[in-house]
Amino acid sequence: MAFLTLQDISMRFGSRERGFLALDRVSLSVAEGEFVTLIGHSGCGKSTLLNLIAGLMVPSAGRIMCDGRVIDRPGPDRGVVFQNHSLLPWMTCYENVLLGVRQVFGKTLSPAELRDKVEASLSLVHLDHAMAKYPHEISGGMKQRVGIARALAIEPRILLMDEPFGALDALTRASLQDELARIVEATRSTVVMVTHDVDEALLLSDRIVMMTNGPGARIGEIASVALPRPRDRLALATDSEYADCRARLLQFLYLKQRRQAA
Amino acid sequence: MRRTNISIPCRGVADVASRDQLRILAGRLLGTSAAASFILLILLVFAWHLGTMGGSQTGPAVDSEYAKLIGQAAGSQPASAIPSPTAVIGRGVELVRDAFDSQGPNGIGIGWHLLHSLGRVLLGYVLAVLVAVPLGFAIGLSPRLYGALNPFIQVLRPISPLAWMPLALYTLKDSAASAIFIIFISSIWPILINTAAGALGVRRDWLNVAKVLGLSPITKLTRIVFPAAVPMIMTGMRISIGVAWFVIVAAEMVVGQNGIGFFIWNEWNNLQIASMIVAVALIGIVGLSLDQALAWAGQRLSFQE
Repeated sequence: MAFLTLQDISMRFGSRERGFLALDRVSLSVAEGEFVTLIGHSGCGKSTLLNLIAGLMVPSAGRIMCDGRVIDRPGPDRGVVFQNHSLLPWMTCYENVLLGVRQVFGKTLSPAELRDKVEASLSLVHLDHAMAKYPHEISGGMKQRVGIARALAIEPRILLMDEPFGALDALTRASLQDELARIVEATRSTVVMVTHDVDEALLLSDRIVMMTNGPGARIGEIASVALPRPRDRLALATDSEYADCRARLLQFLYLKQRRQAA
Repeated sequence: MRRTNISIPCRGVADVASRDQLRILAGRLLGTSAAASFILLILLVFAWHLGTMGGSQTGPAVDSEYAKLIGQAAGSQPASAIPSPTAVIGRGVELVRDAFDSQGPNGIGIGWHLLHSLGRVLLGYVLAVLVAVPLGFAIGLSPRLYGALNPFIQVLRPISPLAWMPLALYTLKDSAASAIFIIFISSIWPILINTAAGALGVRRDWLNVAKVLGLSPITKLTRIVFPAAVPMIMTGMRISIGVAWFVIVAAEMVVGQNGIGFFIWNEWNNLQIASMIVAVALIGIVGLSLDQALAWAGQRLSFQE
Protein backbone atom coordinates (compact mmCIF):
# COMPACT_ATOMS: atom_id res chain seq x y z
CA MET A 1 0.00 0.00 0.00
CA ALA A 2 1.72 3.07 -1.25
CA PHE A 3 1.72 6.02 1.10
CA LEU A 4 3.17 8.53 -1.31
CA THR A 5 2.67 8.17 -5.05
CA LEU A 6 4.05 10.25 -7.88
CA GLN A 7 2.13 9.69 -11.10
CA ASP A 8 3.81 10.80 -14.33
CA ILE A 9 5.28 13.96 -12.88
CA SER A 10 6.73 16.42 -15.37
CA MET A 11 8.16 19.76 -14.44
CA ARG A 12 8.85 22.46 -16.97
CA PHE A 13 10.27 25.88 -16.08
CA GLY A 14 9.28 28.70 -18.40
CA SER A 15 7.14 28.50 -21.53
CA ARG A 16 6.21 25.35 -23.43
CA GLU A 17 8.40 26.18 -26.43
CA ARG A 18 11.48 27.74 -24.87
CA GLY A 19 11.19 26.48 -21.31
CA PHE A 20 13.45 24.02 -19.57
CA LEU A 21 12.09 20.53 -18.96
CA ALA A 22 13.54 19.47 -15.60
CA LEU A 23 11.59 16.28 -14.96
CA ASP A 24 10.05 14.04 -17.61
CA ARG A 25 7.21 11.70 -16.52
CA VAL A 26 8.60 10.49 -13.21
CA SER A 27 6.56 7.88 -11.33
CA LEU A 28 7.40 6.53 -7.91
CA SER A 29 5.64 5.07 -4.89
CA VAL A 30 6.89 5.13 -1.35
CA ALA A 31 5.45 2.84 1.32
CA GLU A 32 4.75 3.95 4.86
CA GLY A 33 7.84 3.67 7.03
CA GLU A 34 10.14 3.42 4.02
CA PHE A 35 13.38 5.38 3.65
CA VAL A 36 13.88 6.35 0.01
CA THR A 37 16.88 8.23 -1.30
CA LEU A 38 17.01 10.19 -4.55
CA ILE A 39 20.52 10.22 -5.97
CA GLY A 40 21.93 11.75 -9.12
CA HIS A 41 24.34 14.32 -10.47
CA SER A 42 23.76 17.94 -9.57
CA GLY A 43 21.19 19.56 -11.83
CA CYS A 44 19.33 16.30 -12.42
CA GLY A 45 16.15 17.65 -10.86
CA LYS A 46 16.21 15.65 -7.65
CA SER A 47 15.75 18.76 -5.51
CA THR A 48 12.94 19.87 -7.83
CA LEU A 49 11.26 16.52 -7.24
CA LEU A 50 11.55 17.00 -3.48
CA ASN A 51 10.15 20.54 -3.70
CA LEU A 52 7.21 19.15 -5.66
CA ILE A 53 6.49 16.61 -2.93
CA ALA A 54 6.84 19.37 -0.34
CA GLY A 55 4.27 21.40 -2.28
CA LEU A 56 6.61 24.35 -2.77
CA MET A 57 6.10 23.93 -6.53
CA VAL A 58 3.24 22.57 -8.58
CA PRO A 59 4.07 20.01 -11.28
CA SER A 60 3.44 20.95 -14.92
CA ALA A 61 1.84 17.56 -15.47
CA GLY A 62 0.97 14.54 -13.39
CA ARG A 63 -0.08 14.42 -9.77
CA ILE A 64 1.32 13.60 -6.37
CA MET A 65 -0.80 11.80 -3.81
CA CYS A 66 0.10 11.65 -0.15
CA ASP A 67 -2.02 9.49 2.13
CA GLY A 68 -4.86 9.53 -0.39
CA ARG A 69 -4.89 13.29 -0.95
CA VAL A 70 -3.56 15.25 -3.93
CA ILE A 71 -0.69 17.57 -3.00
CA ASP A 72 -0.95 21.11 -4.34
CA ARG A 73 0.56 23.13 -1.49
CA PRO A 74 2.81 22.66 1.55
CA GLY A 75 1.21 21.15 4.61
CA PRO A 76 2.10 19.99 8.10
CA ASP A 77 1.78 16.35 7.00
CA ARG A 78 5.17 16.80 5.30
CA GLY A 79 8.17 18.02 7.31
CA VAL A 80 11.05 19.54 5.35
CA VAL A 81 14.72 19.71 6.28
CA PHE A 82 16.52 22.21 4.08
CA GLN A 83 20.05 21.93 2.81
CA ASN A 84 21.29 25.12 4.46
CA HIS A 85 19.40 24.61 7.75
CA SER A 86 17.29 27.77 7.14
CA LEU A 87 16.95 28.54 10.82
CA LEU A 88 15.61 32.00 11.57
CA PRO A 89 18.57 33.89 13.05
CA TRP A 90 16.46 36.14 15.25
CA MET A 91 15.01 33.23 17.18
CA THR A 92 16.61 30.83 19.65
CA CYS A 93 16.70 27.14 18.78
CA TYR A 94 13.71 26.65 21.06
CA GLU A 95 11.71 29.41 19.34
CA ASN A 96 12.64 28.09 15.91
CA VAL A 97 11.10 24.73 16.76
CA LEU A 98 8.16 26.29 18.63
CA LEU A 99 7.18 28.35 15.57
CA GLY A 100 5.88 25.33 13.66
CA VAL A 101 4.67 23.46 16.75
CA ARG A 102 2.47 26.35 17.76
CA GLN A 103 1.09 26.66 14.25
CA VAL A 104 0.14 22.98 14.09
CA PHE A 105 -0.83 22.20 17.70
CA GLY A 106 -1.55 25.70 19.09
CA LYS A 107 -5.31 25.24 19.00
CA THR A 108 -5.44 21.80 20.54
CA LEU A 109 -2.66 21.78 23.15
CA SER A 110 -1.92 23.87 26.24
CA PRO A 111 1.22 26.03 26.34
CA ALA A 112 2.84 23.53 28.71
CA GLU A 113 2.13 20.69 26.29
CA LEU A 114 3.57 22.76 23.43
CA ARG A 115 6.71 23.33 25.46
CA ASP A 116 6.99 19.63 26.19
CA LYS A 117 6.72 18.83 22.49
CA VAL A 118 9.45 21.32 21.57
CA GLU A 119 11.72 20.06 24.34
CA ALA A 120 11.10 16.44 23.39
CA SER A 121 12.04 17.02 19.77
CA LEU A 122 15.15 18.98 20.71
CA SER A 123 16.25 16.26 23.10
CA LEU A 124 15.65 13.69 20.34
CA VAL A 125 18.53 15.37 18.47
CA HIS A 126 20.53 15.78 21.71
CA LEU A 127 20.29 19.54 21.86
CA ASP A 128 18.69 20.01 25.28
CA HIS A 129 21.62 22.15 26.32
CA ALA A 130 21.39 24.53 23.34
CA MET A 131 17.70 25.42 23.46
CA ALA A 132 18.27 29.00 24.56
CA LYS A 133 21.08 29.60 22.06
CA TYR A 134 20.75 31.55 18.84
CA PRO A 135 21.74 29.90 15.54
CA HIS A 136 24.89 32.01 15.20
CA GLU A 137 26.09 30.68 18.55
CA ILE A 138 26.10 26.99 17.54
CA SER A 139 28.02 24.89 15.01
CA GLY A 140 26.85 23.91 11.53
CA GLY A 141 26.10 20.35 12.61
CA MET A 142 24.03 21.58 15.55
CA LYS A 143 22.09 23.94 13.28
CA GLN A 144 21.20 21.08 11.00
CA ARG A 145 20.07 19.04 14.00
CA VAL A 146 17.77 21.90 15.03
CA GLY A 147 16.46 21.84 11.44
CA ILE A 148 15.68 18.14 11.83
CA ALA A 149 14.04 18.76 15.22
CA ARG A 150 11.93 21.53 13.71
CA ALA A 151 10.74 19.25 10.92
CA LEU A 152 10.02 16.33 13.28
CA ALA A 153 8.33 18.42 15.96
CA ILE A 154 5.22 19.01 13.86
CA GLU A 155 4.90 15.20 13.67
CA PRO A 156 4.71 14.96 9.89
CA ARG A 157 3.58 11.79 8.14
CA ILE A 158 6.64 12.02 5.92
CA LEU A 159 10.04 13.66 6.31
CA LEU A 160 11.57 15.33 3.25
CA MET A 161 15.28 16.08 3.35
CA ASP A 162 17.17 18.03 0.69
CA GLU A 163 20.86 17.14 0.97
CA PRO A 164 20.60 17.72 4.71
CA PHE A 165 24.28 17.02 5.43
CA GLY A 166 25.77 18.40 2.22
CA ALA A 167 27.23 21.49 3.86
CA LEU A 168 28.90 19.65 6.76
CA ASP A 169 32.40 18.25 7.17
CA ALA A 170 32.87 14.49 6.80
CA LEU A 171 33.09 13.65 10.50
CA THR A 172 30.07 15.72 11.51
CA ARG A 173 28.19 14.26 8.57
CA ALA A 174 28.93 10.70 9.71
CA SER A 175 27.72 11.34 13.25
CA LEU A 176 24.54 13.03 11.99
CA GLN A 177 23.87 10.14 9.62
CA ASP A 178 24.04 7.72 12.55
CA GLU A 179 21.81 9.99 14.56
CA LEU A 180 19.29 10.25 11.74
CA ALA A 181 19.24 6.45 11.38
CA ARG A 182 18.52 6.17 15.10
CA ILE A 183 15.75 8.82 15.00
CA VAL A 184 14.09 7.26 11.96
CA GLU A 185 14.23 3.89 13.69
CA ALA A 186 12.70 5.34 16.86
CA THR A 187 9.97 7.39 15.17
CA ARG A 188 9.29 4.93 12.30
CA SER A 189 9.24 7.90 9.94
CA THR A 190 8.71 7.74 6.23
CA VAL A 191 11.59 9.61 4.65
CA VAL A 192 12.46 10.87 1.18
CA MET A 193 15.98 12.22 1.08
CA VAL A 194 18.00 13.85 -1.69
CA THR A 195 21.71 13.20 -1.66
CA HIS A 196 24.71 12.85 -3.92
CA ASP A 197 26.66 10.80 -1.43
CA VAL A 198 26.66 7.11 -2.34
CA ASP A 199 27.67 5.87 1.12
CA GLU A 200 25.10 8.06 2.82
CA ALA A 201 22.40 6.61 0.59
CA LEU A 202 23.52 3.04 1.31
CA LEU A 203 23.75 3.56 5.03
CA LEU A 204 20.28 5.03 5.42
CA SER A 205 17.98 3.85 2.64
CA ASP A 206 15.61 1.00 2.03
CA ARG A 207 15.53 1.93 -1.63
CA ILE A 208 17.76 4.15 -3.71
CA VAL A 209 16.26 5.95 -6.70
CA MET A 210 18.90 6.77 -9.30
CA MET A 211 18.02 9.65 -11.55
CA THR A 212 19.31 10.28 -15.06
CA ASN A 213 20.89 13.56 -16.03
CA GLY A 214 18.68 16.45 -17.04
CA PRO A 215 17.21 18.07 -18.95
CA GLY A 216 14.19 15.83 -18.92
CA ALA A 217 15.48 13.75 -16.01
CA ARG A 218 13.79 10.41 -15.34
CA ILE A 219 14.26 7.56 -12.94
CA GLY A 220 17.07 5.42 -14.27
CA GLU A 221 17.21 2.53 -11.85
CA ILE A 222 15.94 1.69 -8.40
CA ALA A 223 18.10 -0.37 -6.05
CA SER A 224 16.73 -2.08 -2.96
CA VAL A 225 19.15 -2.11 -0.08
CA ALA A 226 18.56 -5.33 1.80
CA LEU A 227 21.07 -4.67 4.56
CA PRO A 228 19.84 -5.43 8.08
CA ARG A 229 19.34 -2.59 10.53
CA PRO A 230 20.81 -1.09 12.59
CA ARG A 231 23.61 -0.65 10.10
CA ASP A 232 27.12 -0.15 11.36
CA ARG A 233 29.36 1.79 9.03
CA LEU A 234 32.46 -0.14 10.09
CA ALA A 235 30.88 -3.56 9.57
CA LEU A 236 29.40 -2.45 6.24
CA ALA A 237 32.84 -1.75 4.84
CA THR A 238 33.47 -5.50 4.50
CA ASP A 239 29.90 -6.57 3.69
CA SER A 240 29.51 -8.14 0.24
CA GLU A 241 25.89 -6.98 -0.25
CA TYR A 242 27.04 -3.46 0.54
CA ALA A 243 29.88 -3.74 -1.93
CA ASP A 244 27.56 -5.03 -4.67
CA CYS A 245 25.06 -2.24 -4.11
CA ARG A 246 27.81 0.34 -4.03
CA ALA A 247 29.28 -0.95 -7.27
CA ARG A 248 25.88 -0.75 -8.92
CA LEU A 249 25.37 2.84 -7.80
CA LEU A 250 28.84 3.88 -8.89
CA GLN A 251 28.38 2.22 -12.24
CA PHE A 252 25.15 4.05 -12.79
CA LEU A 253 26.54 7.42 -11.74
CA TYR A 254 29.96 7.25 -13.34
CA LEU A 255 29.49 5.01 -16.37
CA LYS A 256 25.90 5.26 -17.55
CA GLN A 257 25.26 8.84 -16.45
CA ARG A 258 28.76 10.24 -16.76
CA ARG A 259 28.70 13.99 -16.88
CA GLN A 260 29.70 15.46 -20.21
CA ALA A 261 32.88 17.44 -19.82
CA ALA A 262 31.68 21.00 -19.43
CA MET B 1 76.11 41.42 23.26
CA ARG B 2 72.94 39.41 22.68
CA ARG B 3 73.03 39.62 18.93
CA THR B 4 76.21 37.60 18.64
CA ASN B 5 74.75 34.82 20.77
CA ILE B 6 72.06 34.02 18.21
CA SER B 7 74.09 34.56 15.11
CA ILE B 8 73.61 30.96 13.93
CA PRO B 9 71.35 31.12 10.84
CA CYS B 10 68.06 29.77 12.08
CA ARG B 11 64.74 30.37 10.34
CA GLY B 12 62.65 30.06 13.47
CA VAL B 13 64.49 32.77 15.27
CA ALA B 14 64.46 35.03 12.25
CA ASP B 15 60.69 34.52 11.89
CA VAL B 16 60.05 35.34 15.52
CA ALA B 17 62.21 38.42 15.27
CA SER B 18 60.47 39.71 12.14
CA ARG B 19 57.05 38.95 13.60
CA ASP B 20 57.91 40.94 16.71
CA GLN B 21 59.12 43.77 14.54
CA LEU B 22 55.90 43.62 12.56
CA ARG B 23 53.86 43.81 15.72
CA ILE B 24 55.81 46.79 16.95
CA LEU B 25 55.39 48.45 13.57
CA ALA B 26 51.65 47.76 13.57
CA GLY B 27 51.42 49.15 17.07
CA ARG B 28 53.24 52.26 15.96
CA LEU B 29 50.97 52.70 12.96
CA LEU B 30 47.86 52.34 15.14
CA GLY B 31 49.34 54.84 17.51
CA THR B 32 50.12 57.24 14.69
CA SER B 33 46.66 57.30 13.10
CA ALA B 34 45.19 58.73 16.31
CA ALA B 35 48.26 60.85 16.82
CA ALA B 36 48.16 62.07 13.22
CA SER B 37 44.57 63.24 13.66
CA PHE B 38 45.59 65.17 16.71
CA ILE B 39 48.63 66.69 14.99
CA LEU B 40 46.46 67.65 12.03
CA LEU B 41 44.02 69.35 14.38
CA ILE B 42 46.83 71.29 16.04
CA LEU B 43 48.20 72.31 12.63
CA LEU B 44 44.80 73.45 11.39
CA VAL B 45 44.13 75.48 14.53
CA PHE B 46 47.61 76.96 14.28
CA ALA B 47 47.08 77.89 10.61
CA TRP B 48 43.75 79.40 11.57
CA HIS B 49 45.49 81.29 14.35
CA LEU B 50 48.16 82.63 11.94
CA GLY B 51 45.50 83.59 9.40
CA THR B 52 43.44 85.54 11.87
CA MET B 53 46.50 87.32 13.32
CA GLY B 54 47.08 88.96 9.94
CA GLY B 55 43.39 89.61 9.39
CA SER B 56 42.85 91.65 12.52
CA GLN B 57 45.47 94.22 11.48
CA THR B 58 44.08 94.94 8.04
CA GLY B 59 41.21 96.81 9.58
CA PRO B 60 37.49 96.38 9.17
CA ALA B 61 36.45 94.02 6.40
CA VAL B 62 32.84 93.66 5.40
CA ASP B 63 31.53 90.57 3.75
CA SER B 64 30.10 91.48 0.37
CA GLU B 65 27.02 89.29 0.99
CA TYR B 66 26.41 91.11 4.19
CA ALA B 67 26.83 94.46 2.47
CA LYS B 68 24.26 93.44 -0.10
CA LEU B 69 21.89 92.40 2.64
CA ILE B 70 21.90 95.56 4.69
CA GLY B 71 23.05 98.06 2.08
CA GLN B 72 25.30 101.08 2.64
CA ALA B 73 25.16 100.77 6.41
CA ALA B 74 27.47 97.78 6.20
CA GLY B 75 30.48 99.94 5.58
CA SER B 76 30.12 101.71 8.88
CA GLN B 77 29.84 98.52 10.90
CA PRO B 78 32.67 97.51 13.26
CA ALA B 79 35.39 95.09 12.26
CA SER B 80 34.18 91.58 11.28
CA ALA B 81 37.24 89.55 10.36
CA ILE B 82 37.24 85.82 11.11
CA PRO B 83 37.85 85.56 14.88
CA SER B 84 40.91 83.81 16.24
CA PRO B 85 40.72 80.27 17.68
CA THR B 86 41.08 81.60 21.20
CA ALA B 87 38.20 84.02 20.65
CA VAL B 88 36.02 81.17 19.34
CA ILE B 89 36.94 78.87 22.21
CA GLY B 90 36.25 81.68 24.66
CA ARG B 91 32.89 82.33 23.03
CA GLY B 92 32.19 78.58 23.08
CA VAL B 93 32.84 78.42 26.80
CA GLU B 94 30.50 81.39 27.33
CA LEU B 95 27.77 79.88 25.18
CA VAL B 96 27.99 76.49 26.83
CA ARG B 97 28.05 78.10 30.29
CA ASP B 98 24.88 80.06 29.50
CA ALA B 99 23.43 77.24 27.38
CA PHE B 100 20.21 76.96 29.36
CA ASP B 101 19.71 80.61 30.31
CA SER B 102 16.31 81.95 29.46
CA GLN B 103 16.01 85.71 29.74
CA GLY B 104 13.23 86.74 27.40
CA PRO B 105 12.27 85.49 23.94
CA ASN B 106 15.42 86.71 22.15
CA GLY B 107 17.94 85.87 24.80
CA ILE B 108 17.63 82.12 25.34
CA GLY B 109 20.80 80.05 25.57
CA ILE B 110 22.20 77.90 22.77
CA GLY B 111 21.14 74.75 24.61
CA TRP B 112 17.49 75.79 24.31
CA HIS B 113 17.98 76.45 20.61
CA LEU B 114 19.43 72.97 20.14
CA LEU B 115 16.56 71.43 22.10
CA HIS B 116 14.00 73.29 19.98
CA SER B 117 15.67 71.96 16.83
CA LEU B 118 15.90 68.44 18.23
CA GLY B 119 12.25 68.58 19.25
CA ARG B 120 11.14 69.52 15.73
CA VAL B 121 13.40 66.92 14.17
CA LEU B 122 12.15 64.16 16.46
CA LEU B 123 8.49 65.08 15.95
CA GLY B 124 8.76 65.16 12.16
CA TYR B 125 10.98 62.09 12.16
CA VAL B 126 8.70 59.99 14.36
CA LEU B 127 5.74 60.92 12.15
CA ALA B 128 7.77 59.87 9.12
CA VAL B 129 8.64 56.53 10.74
CA LEU B 130 5.01 55.91 11.67
CA VAL B 131 3.89 56.50 8.10
CA ALA B 132 6.85 55.09 6.18
CA VAL B 133 7.30 51.73 7.93
CA PRO B 134 3.73 50.41 7.44
CA LEU B 135 3.49 51.95 3.98
CA GLY B 136 6.91 50.54 3.06
CA PHE B 137 5.73 47.10 4.14
CA ALA B 138 2.56 47.39 2.11
CA ILE B 139 4.58 48.44 -0.94
CA GLY B 140 7.17 45.73 -0.43
CA LEU B 141 4.58 42.97 -0.05
CA SER B 142 2.18 44.05 -2.78
CA PRO B 143 3.70 44.35 -6.24
CA ARG B 144 0.50 46.04 -7.44
CA LEU B 145 0.65 48.75 -4.79
CA TYR B 146 4.35 49.14 -5.52
CA GLY B 147 3.59 49.67 -9.19
CA ALA B 148 0.86 52.16 -8.38
CA LEU B 149 2.83 54.27 -5.90
CA ASN B 150 6.28 54.05 -7.41
CA PRO B 151 5.84 56.91 -9.94
CA PHE B 152 4.70 59.25 -7.17
CA ILE B 153 7.60 58.27 -4.94
CA GLN B 154 10.09 58.75 -7.75
CA VAL B 155 8.74 62.23 -8.54
CA LEU B 156 8.36 63.42 -4.95
CA ARG B 157 11.63 62.04 -3.65
CA PRO B 158 14.10 64.33 -5.46
CA ILE B 159 12.25 67.52 -4.49
CA SER B 160 14.37 69.65 -2.18
CA PRO B 161 12.62 69.78 1.17
CA LEU B 162 12.86 73.57 1.22
CA ALA B 163 10.86 73.77 -1.99
CA TRP B 164 7.86 72.73 0.09
CA MET B 165 8.38 75.54 2.57
CA PRO B 166 6.29 78.36 1.03
CA LEU B 167 3.49 75.92 0.23
CA ALA B 168 3.63 74.55 3.77
CA LEU B 169 3.57 78.05 5.27
CA TYR B 170 0.65 79.00 3.05
CA THR B 171 -1.45 75.91 3.80
CA LEU B 172 -0.50 75.21 7.43
CA LYS B 173 -0.29 78.92 8.36
CA ASP B 174 2.11 78.09 11.15
CA SER B 175 5.88 78.22 11.01
CA ALA B 176 6.47 75.52 13.64
CA ALA B 177 4.10 73.10 11.92
CA SER B 178 5.71 73.93 8.57
CA ALA B 179 9.18 73.11 9.88
CA ILE B 180 7.91 69.79 11.22
CA PHE B 181 6.24 69.06 7.89
CA ILE B 182 9.52 69.76 6.09
CA ILE B 183 11.30 67.28 8.35
CA PHE B 184 8.55 64.75 7.79
CA ILE B 185 8.61 65.05 4.01
CA SER B 186 12.40 64.89 3.81
CA SER B 187 12.94 61.95 6.15
CA ILE B 188 10.10 59.77 4.89
CA TRP B 189 11.76 58.63 1.64
CA PRO B 190 14.82 56.73 2.85
CA ILE B 191 12.71 54.87 5.43
CA LEU B 192 9.97 54.12 2.91
CA ILE B 193 12.29 52.84 0.22
CA ASN B 194 14.47 50.81 2.58
CA THR B 195 11.49 49.25 4.34
CA ALA B 196 9.97 48.27 1.01
CA ALA B 197 13.27 46.79 -0.14
CA GLY B 198 13.62 44.94 3.17
CA ALA B 199 10.12 43.47 2.97
CA LEU B 200 10.60 42.54 -0.68
CA GLY B 201 14.04 41.03 -0.18
CA VAL B 202 13.32 38.46 2.52
CA ARG B 203 15.38 35.38 1.75
CA ARG B 204 13.56 32.70 -0.19
CA ASP B 205 14.74 30.07 2.31
CA TRP B 206 12.96 31.86 5.13
CA LEU B 207 9.78 32.27 3.12
CA ASN B 208 9.93 28.54 2.31
CA VAL B 209 10.15 27.84 6.03
CA ALA B 210 6.96 29.86 6.49
CA LYS B 211 5.34 27.86 3.71
CA VAL B 212 6.27 24.37 4.86
CA LEU B 213 5.35 25.15 8.47
CA GLY B 214 2.02 26.45 7.15
CA LEU B 215 2.32 29.77 9.00
CA SER B 216 -0.69 32.08 8.87
CA PRO B 217 -0.19 35.38 7.01
CA ILE B 218 -0.10 37.34 10.29
CA THR B 219 2.47 35.02 11.86
CA LYS B 220 4.53 35.09 8.70
CA LEU B 221 4.51 38.90 8.71
CA THR B 222 5.31 39.38 12.38
CA ARG B 223 7.70 36.48 12.96
CA ILE B 224 9.52 36.27 9.63
CA VAL B 225 9.11 39.22 7.26
CA PHE B 226 9.35 41.94 9.89
CA PRO B 227 12.43 40.62 11.74
CA ALA B 228 14.09 39.91 8.41
CA ALA B 229 13.50 43.51 7.29
CA VAL B 230 14.67 45.16 10.52
CA PRO B 231 18.28 45.73 9.35
CA MET B 232 17.04 47.50 6.22
CA ILE B 233 14.50 49.55 8.16
CA MET B 234 17.20 50.63 10.60
CA THR B 235 19.47 51.61 7.71
CA GLY B 236 16.69 53.77 6.30
CA MET B 237 16.08 55.32 9.70
CA ARG B 238 19.76 56.10 10.09
CA ILE B 239 19.91 57.82 6.70
CA SER B 240 16.74 59.74 7.51
CA ILE B 241 17.89 61.11 10.85
CA GLY B 242 20.92 62.55 9.06
CA VAL B 243 18.75 64.14 6.38
CA ALA B 244 16.38 65.53 9.00
CA TRP B 245 19.21 67.12 10.92
CA PHE B 246 20.55 68.58 7.66
CA VAL B 247 17.23 70.06 6.77
CA ILE B 248 16.19 71.51 10.11
CA VAL B 249 19.05 74.06 10.08
CA ALA B 250 17.98 75.40 6.71
CA ALA B 251 14.29 75.34 7.63
CA GLU B 252 14.88 77.31 10.81
CA MET B 253 16.89 79.91 8.96
CA VAL B 254 13.78 80.58 6.89
CA VAL B 255 10.97 80.37 9.44
CA GLY B 256 12.44 80.15 12.92
CA GLN B 257 11.93 82.16 16.03
CA ASN B 258 14.27 79.77 17.75
CA GLY B 259 16.32 76.67 17.00
CA ILE B 260 19.94 76.26 16.02
CA GLY B 261 19.35 77.36 12.42
CA PHE B 262 17.68 80.53 13.64
CA PHE B 263 20.54 81.02 16.09
CA ILE B 264 23.15 80.94 13.33
CA TRP B 265 21.18 83.32 11.16
CA ASN B 266 20.58 85.66 14.08
CA GLU B 267 24.25 85.68 15.05
CA TRP B 268 25.11 86.33 11.40
CA ASN B 269 22.79 89.35 11.44
CA ASN B 270 24.55 90.52 14.57
CA LEU B 271 27.94 89.71 13.02
CA GLN B 272 28.78 87.40 15.92
CA ILE B 273 31.11 85.26 13.80
CA ALA B 274 32.56 83.41 16.80
CA SER B 275 29.06 82.34 17.91
CA MET B 276 28.33 81.13 14.38
CA ILE B 277 31.45 78.97 14.36
CA VAL B 278 30.59 77.51 17.76
CA ALA B 279 27.06 76.72 16.53
CA VAL B 280 28.38 75.08 13.36
CA ALA B 281 30.65 72.86 15.44
CA LEU B 282 27.75 71.97 17.74
CA ILE B 283 25.57 71.00 14.76
CA GLY B 284 28.29 68.59 13.69
CA ILE B 285 28.58 67.07 17.15
CA VAL B 286 24.82 66.66 17.60
CA GLY B 287 24.51 65.17 14.08
CA LEU B 288 27.28 62.69 14.84
CA SER B 289 25.56 61.72 18.11
CA LEU B 290 22.22 61.15 16.37
CA ASP B 291 23.89 59.02 13.72
CA GLN B 292 25.78 56.96 16.27
CA ALA B 293 22.66 56.50 18.39
CA LEU B 294 20.79 55.11 15.38
CA ALA B 295 23.75 52.94 14.41
CA TRP B 296 23.83 51.52 17.93
CA ALA B 297 20.08 50.92 17.95
CA GLY B 298 20.32 49.27 14.54
CA GLN B 299 22.98 46.90 15.78
CA ARG B 300 20.98 46.03 18.88
CA LEU B 301 17.72 45.40 17.04
CA SER B 302 19.10 43.55 14.00
CA PHE B 303 19.60 39.81 14.03
CA GLN B 304 23.07 38.33 13.98
CA GLU B 305 24.30 35.62 11.66
